[in-house]
Amino acid sequence: MPDLGKYAEAVLSSYAISLGLIVALVVLSVLRARKVKAQLAEVEARGKTGGKAQEQADG
Amino acid sequence: MSSIWEYANPKKFIATTDRLLPWVSALALGLMVLGLVWGFFFTPDDFRQGSTVKIIYIHVPSAMMAINAWAMMLVASLVWIVRRHHVSALAARAAAPIGAVMTVIALATGAIWGQPMWGTWWEWDPRLTSFLILFLFYLGYIALWSAIEDDDTAADLTSILCLVGSVFALLSRYAVNFWNQGLHQGASVLRAGALAGDTEERVSNVFATPLFISMAGFLMLFIALVFLRTQTEIRARRMRALLARERMQ
Amino acid sequence: MIALLMRDLKLAIRAGGGFGLGLAFFLIVVVLVPFGVGPNSGLLSKIAPGVLWLGALLACLLSLDRIFALDWEDGSLDLLATAPLPLEAIVSVKALAHWLTTGLPLVLAAPVFAILLNLPTAGYGPLVLSLLIGTPALSVIGTFGAALTVGLKRGGLLLSLLVLPLYVPTLIFGAEMARRSIEGLNAQTSLLMLAGITCAVIALLPFASAAVLRVNLR
Repeated sequence: MPDLGKYAEAVLSSYAISLGLIVALVVLSVLRARKVKAQLAEVEARGKTGGKAQEQADG
Repeated sequence: MSSIWEYANPKKFIATTDRLLPWVSALALGLMVLGLVWGFFFTPDDFRQGSTVKIIYIHVPSAMMAINAWAMMLVASLVWIVRRHHVSALAARAAAPIGAVMTVIALATGAIWGQPMWGTWWEWDPRLTSFLILFLFYLGYIALWSAIEDDDTAADLTSILCLVGSVFALLSRYAVNFWNQGLHQGASVLRAGALAGDTEERVSNVFATPLFISMAGFLMLFIALVFLRTQTEIRARRMRALLARERMQ
Repeated sequence: MIALLMRDLKLAIRAGGGFGLGLAFFLIVVVLVPFGVGPNSGLLSKIAPGVLWLGALLACLLSLDRIFALDWEDGSLDLLATAPLPLEAIVSVKALAHWLTTGLPLVLAAPVFAILLNLPTAGYGPLVLSLLIGTPALSVIGTFGAALTVGLKRGGLLLSLLVLPLYVPTLIFGAEMARRSIEGLNAQTSLLMLAGITCAVIALLPFASAAVLRVNLR
């Protein structure tokens, strides 16, 4: 641990806040990506059993 | 044969980014850890600013990405308006929250840095003020996206807002400069603008190398997040389309 | 075009909304400020130009959602869009009507309300001039915001969020011009910048507003 002197609080808190925000952003993005991926797979599976292959044309 | 517009096909985009994503994420993580650990543990204190100089390894890259994210959204919006590729509009949508978070980080670290250096948390300094205005633009953009249900309408409206907003954001930047000359340049030796050109003169190399590594890391982080979030938006859009079709049947 | 302007003006006057409400809101803001910052008349006269500008801006914001909302609800906006008149012209006329019913009364009322805030006598001319030049920009920018949010049910709050950041340059140069004139500084740059913004906005933004309106009417 480097000696941060009298500004330790400022330096540590800015690192903590920034890393916290970045981690939160990454975690939220990953969670939402997983959720949407799973939901889409489910909906697509439902569509297939219904006998529709046309969804491929969807852009 | 392989033009860049091929990636406008959502399937192709997802396939390509799926392959790239692990590499970009690993690179982002590696560069950020390297830059930040180097900056935090292995650089000396500045003789005037003491250890607060270490905040620069977060403050400057996040500020850079806050502006670059908006620039990327502007380009993506233009592509959407001109060529009407859905991936482009969705990429702009995916980038907005990242840009907003970067703006918050830049503002928060700026305020924390300003406290010991300038003796105040918040100073209506032009640079800080224009970042606050940029943050408001991000909020408006995100709010407009989420307020409109129809995807194409939302893409059209937000891209026009992005264009108009860019002009006004620049205008505000100059207006704010005129309004208050500010502390940023005078009080802080390590000003962000100086890094691009006269780095040697302003920031000695001891600080510059980890800073550039950290900036590259933030850039990679941004790219990785945009890939991931654009994939999510594409899938969400496709799901909405499928659900709408189901309801019709 | 003139027919449309007259129609909009008549509607605004008959409904009574825009006129009275904006002015009343402006008055209330001006009255509330001394309660907030204390009755010190020196301080009040110092912040008077800024407060008056801010009050005018907020009062202007208040009536923006009416620009298109009524025409959207009864379908006359669709009629206007198919009319031979280009949509850009319609948008400009709408902005002009909004300025005549909201902006102009605010400009005329500003010197009266300025008395309440102890505005120095040297400030009356520049303040009215800056408002006169600046408020058209507020109306035109507001029309763009109103066009963006026209189809939305809860558009009001979003409208403020979208429009207020766009108001920043106008507010800065407008208030700066009034403030500098009072302090005896050179106010010419702000005056020119303010006029420049207003002219550019009037010339260019109707295209964006019309494009947005076309998307919303699709």
